Amino acid sequence: MTFHSPTRWADALAVRAEHPQAVPIAGGTDAMVELNSGRRRPDRLLDLSRIAEVSGWDTDGGTVRAGAGITHTAIVAQLAESAPALAQAASTVGSPQIRNRATLGGNIATASPAGDTLPTLLACGAAVELHSVGGARTVALADFVTGPKRTQLAPDELIAAVLFPAATGPQHFSKVGVRAAMIIAVCSFAVALFPDRRSVGTGIGAAAPTPRAAVEAQDFAAEVLPWDSLGHLDPAVAGYFGDLVAKAADPIDDVRGTAQYRRHALAVIARRALIWAWDDLRGAVPCG
Amino acid sequence: MTSGSMGSSPRRPDGWAKVTGTFAFSSDLSMPGMLWGATVRSPHPRARIVGIDVSGALALEGVRAALTHLDVPGAPCYGLELRDQPVLAATEVRYEGEPVAVVAADDPDLARRAAEAVLVTYAPLTPIVDAEAAARGEGEAVHAGRPNLLRHVPVRRGDPNVEAPVVVTGEYEVGMQDQAFLGPESGVAYPADDGGVDLHVATQWLHVDRDQIASCLGLEPERVRLTLAGVGGAFGGREDISMQIHACLLALRTGRPVKMVYRREESFRGHVHRHPARLWYEHGATRDGRLVYVRARIVLDGGAYASSSMAVAANAATLGVGPYRVPNVRMDSYVVYTNNPPCGAMRGFGAVQACFGYESQMDRLAHACGLDPVELRRRNAMTTGDLMPTGQVVEGPAPVAELLRMVAERPAAPRTTAFGASGGHTTRGEGVVRGVGYGVGIKNVCFSEGFDDFSTARVRLELRDGRPVVTVHTAAAEVGQGLVTVQGQIARSELGVPDVVVAPADTAVGSAGSSSASRQTYVTGGAVQAACQAVRRQVEATTGEPYDPTALPRLLARTGAVEETVRWHHRPTKGLDPQTGQGDAHVQFAFAAHRATVEVDVELGTVRVVEIVTAQDVGRAVHPQAILGQIHGGTVQGLGLALMEEIQVTDGGIRNPSFTDYLIPTIMDVPQMRVELLELADPHSPYGLRGVGEPPAISSAPAVVAAVRAATGVELSRVPIRPHDVVWGAGR
Ligand SMILES: Cc1cc2nc3c(=O)[nH]c(=O)nc-3n(C[C@H](O)[C@H](O)[C@H](O)COP(=O)(O)OP(=O)(O)OC[C@H]3O[C@@H](n4cnc5c(N)ncnc54)[C@H](O)[C@@H]3O)c2cc1C
Repeated sequence: MTFHSPTRWADALAVRAEHPQAVPIAGGTDAMVELNSGRRRPDRLLDLSRIAEVSGWDTDGGTVRAGAGITHTAIVAQLAESAPALAQAASTVGSPQIRNRATLGGNIATASPAGDTLPTLLACGAAVELHSVGGARTVALADFVTGPKRTQLAPDELIAAVLFPAATGPQHFSKVGVRAAMIIAVCSFAVALFPDRRSVGTGIGAAAPTPRAAVEAQDFAAEVLPWDSLGHLDPAVAGYFGDLVAKAADPIDDVRGTAQYRRHALAVIARRALIWAWDDLRGAVPCG
Repeated sequence: MTSGSMGSSPRRPDGWAKVTGTFAFSSDLSMPGMLWGATVRSPHPRARIVGIDVSGALALEGVRAALTHLDVPGAPCYGLELRDQPVLAATEVRYEGEPVAVVAADDPDLARRAAEAVLVTYAPLTPIVDAEAAARGEGEAVHAGRPNLLRHVPVRRGDPNVEAPVVVTGEYEVGMQDQAFLGPESGVAYPADDGGVDLHVATQWLHVDRDQIASCLGLEPERVRLTLAGVGGAFGGREDISMQIHACLLALRTGRPVKMVYRREESFRGHVHRHPARLWYEHGATRDGRLVYVRARIVLDGGAYASSSMAVAANAATLGVGPYRVPNVRMDSYVVYTNNPPCGAMRGFGAVQACFGYESQMDRLAHACGLDPVELRRRNAMTTGDLMPTGQVVEGPAPVAELLRMVAERPAAPRTTAFGASGGHTTRGEGVVRGVGYGVGIKNVCFSEGFDDFSTARVRLELRDGRPVVTVHTAAAEVGQGLVTVQGQIARSELGVPDVVVAPADTAVGSAGSSSASRQTYVTGGAVQAACQAVRRQVEATTGEPYDPTALPRLLARTGAVEETVRWHHRPTKGLDPQTGQGDAHVQFAFAAHRATVEVDVELGTVRVVEIVTAQDVGRAVHPQAILGQIHGGTVQGLGLALMEEIQVTDGGIRNPSFTDYLIPTIMDVPQMRVELLELADPHSPYGLRGVGEPPAISSAPAVVAAVRAATGVELSRVPIRPHDVVWGAGR
C-alpha cells in the first residue's frame, strides 16, 4: 500500500488528480473502520492530517470559513460563539479521543444520515468549498449530500472548507440516544434563529436517507414567531413546529429504533429546541 | 503482619503494565515464523452443507493450509457438558457464524482473503428459532435424533394446590446480553518435538480446554500444554472453546506457530451469550404480604449447542424464587436447542434472568398489598436455617433483611440531574421524573449438583540470595478479577514471607477449575492456603522446630527448598432429584442488594441513572479494593442489561455484532456508586470468605427497572428497556 502524506494542500490536490482511487484520510475515524473491517481494501491512502492550511478557521464577521481539517475538539473550543449548534453537535461526537482526531471534513464526506454536524450546518444554510487542481467550486450542503453515504464529490476533488453565516441568534442541537456518550443518533435536530433576517433554519438527522431541513417547519416558525414584540412563544406554536418537523422526516426501523419512535422523538426535541432558542433570544434582548 | 497480607489492598502485579499499555494480551503474542489463521463461517443460521472446496484458498500464494472437518484427527465434536459441537461443521450448520473451515497464511490479511476464497455450497433451511415451541416439544429437531428440550428442571415443594388471598402474575422477557469483553478471542499454537502442541491462550479454565483439544486432536492430554496468555476480560464468554482447537490443528498441519485473533464482528459470533429468557410467575401471599406460594415457568434459549445450558437451567430453577422464604413452590425451568446463537455462561449464570422475574413480582406484590417494596421484601427475607425450594438448609449467614436495610437507609441520592452537560442536550428538565427502585438477589458460589470441584496449588519456599521467597503456582486464570494479587496475599499471610512470586498459570500443575461461579478466591484460595500449611508442616517436620518466619534463613538452610502440591476440594454437593428438584445442590449462597435512583425523560423514554447503592456480604474482604472493583463493575453490567445491552437476533441472525450498536455503559453512564460491605464469616469456607464476583451483577438490573417503573408508572416487563417501551407502555 502506498501512503501519501503531503504537508501542503496543493500537493494533496496533485496526488488526488494523479491517483483518484487513493482514499483520503483525515482523522481516520471513519476511514480506518472501513479498512479494518475489510469493506475497503485501497492500495493508496492520501493522508490529509498534516496539512495546516485546512485545519483552521477564519471569518470576515459575516461568514465563517471552517477548514475541512478542523477537529471536533477545536470546533467545541473555538466556534461556540459563531456556530453554537455546530459546537454542541461536535461535543456529542464519540469520545474525547475521537473528537481529538476526527474532522469536520470527514464527517461531511462520510455523509452518514446520522453525521452529527450535518443538521446544524443545514440549519445555517452552509455550503462546502471543493477544490481540485482545476479550480474551486462551492456547493450548498443540501445539494452536496445526495444519498446515504453519497455525495457530489468528484474523483479529483477534496473538501477544502465549509462556509456558513456566523450566528446572529440562538441555535440548538439535540441528539437522542440511549447512552450518554459514544452513541450514534437515533435521531437529531438542529434549529438556528437569525433574527436579523427573521429566518429560522432547521436540520434533521438520522431520520431520512440524508440529513435534511424541515422546510415547512422553518417557514412556519419564521412566519409566526413574534419577532417584533419578542413576546412569549405560544406552546401550541412550538408543538405544531415539532409536528411539522416530524412530518418532514422519512425514518426507518433499524437496530437503533423504530420509525414511529424517531418521528415521535423528533417532534419532542424540535419543540423543545425552538422554545429554548426563543427563550434565549428573549433573554438576550434587554426588556424595553 | 506481613505487608501485603489478607485484608489489605496491595497493588496488582500486572497493574502498572496494564495502565501504561505495556501488558501483553493474548492478541499481542508473536513468534518467529508465525502464520496467521482465519475461520470460514456460515452466513446461514441453518443449512445443509452441499460441498466445501478449499482449492481457491490453497491456490493463493502464501496460504499454507486450508482444513475442513475431514482434517480433524480425533473426536469430531467438543463441548463442556455434552460433546455436541463440531470442531468444523461437516454436514449441517446450526447457527450463523458456525466455523466450517480454517486456513493459515503468511499474514493476517492474506488469511482473511483465503477464508473468503473457500467455496462452501449451502442448501439453506428454515431456522428453528422459537424457544417456547421447542420447550413444548414442537417443531423440527435442531440436532437430528435429539429432542430440542435440553433439560427440564422441576422444583416441587409443599402443597401444589395451595391458594392465597393475594395473587399477582406476570410475564417477563430478558434479552440476549453479551459479555462484551474487549480482548478478542486469540492465542498462538506451536507444534512440539514430541508430536504434541503448545498453546498460549486467553481462557477461563486451562485444563478443560486442554482435555477438549486433546480429544479432538487425538492426542494424550499430556502432549497438549496450555499457558494462560493475557486475558482481556471474560465474564463467562471464555469458558467454551473458540479458536483453541483450530489454531492447534493448523499448527500441527503446517509445523509452524499459528496465531488466531478474532475481529470484533467475529468475536460477537465466536462466543456464547447470556441466555435470553421468557419467564411466567404467579406469586400468592397473605394480605399482609407473606408469601404463600410461587409458581413459575422459565424458558431459556440455549441456541444451537449445549455449552453450559444444563447448569444454567438448574440455577434458574433452584434460585428462581429469590432470597425469600417460600413454603410452596412449583417451578419449571426449561432450556432448549434452537438455531439462534449459542448461549452459555455469563456472570450471574441463570440467576440474572430469574432475578428480573421474581423481583418484578415482589414489586407487584408490594403494590397489591399496599406495602412499601422494602417492607414487603423484609417480611419474606430468608435467613440462616431457612429452606431453599430444593429443601437445602441455608447454612451460614444469610443477611438479606440487613442488606436491604443498609441500602434503604442511605441518604437519598443527590439532587443534581443526571441529564447534565453530557449527553445529547435533549432536555433542560422538561419531562424529567425521578424514581427509586430496589432489588435483592441470591447466587450460588462454586460448581453445584455434585460436580467434583477442586483446585490445585503448588507452593515452594526457598532461599534466594539468603532471603526467603515463596513461589505460588496454579493453573487458575487471572481474567482481570485480581486473583494473582489474592494468591500472593494468602501466601504472605500463611507463611509470613513478604516476597511472593505468582508463577504464570499453565497446565504443568493440576487443574484449578474454572474462573467462574465466583469460585476462585474460595477454591484456589483454599488450595493455596492448604499448600502453604503443608509447607509449614514440612519445615517443622524436617527441622523439628516450630515454623517461625523470622528464623527462615536458618531453617531453610537446613531443609533446602520446600515444595508442596495440594489438591483442595470444597465440601461436596448433591444432585437434584429429577422429579422434585430436591437436593443439597449448592455449596454456598451469596447475597447483594441494590437501590437505584434514576431520572426518566418521560417524553423521550430515555433514562439516566443518578445513583446506585449496593450492599453485599463478602464473608471476609481479602482485598477490599478489588471487591469494590467487582461490585462497581457488576453493578454497571446490570445497569447495562436494564437499559441498553442486547444482541438483537432476527431469524437466527445477529443484527448488531459490533460496539457501534451493541451498547455497553460508558463512564458517562456510570452513576454515583455507594458500596456497603458486611463481613459475616461463613463457617465452611476458607477464612470465612464468600464469592464476590457475581452477586452485584444480579439485582442491579431489576433495581434500575423498578426505579424506572416508579418514575413513570409504566409496567416494564422486558429488559433492556427501550425508549419506545417507556413512551408507549411496554409490553412484550
Ligand atoms: C468510536 C467512534 C465514535 C464515533 N462517534 C460519532 C458520533 O457520535 N457522531 C458522528 O457524527 N460521527 C461519529 N463517528 C464517525 C466519525 O468520527 C466522524 O464522522 C468524523 O467526523 C470523521 O472524521 P475523520 O477526520 O476521522 O474522517 P476520516 O475517517 O479520515 O474520513 C472519512 C471519509 O471522508 C473522506 N475525507 C476525509 N477528509 C476529506 C476531505 N477533506 N475531502 C474529501 N474527502 C475527505 C475520507 O476519504 C473518508 O471517506 C464516530 C467514529 C468512531 C470510530
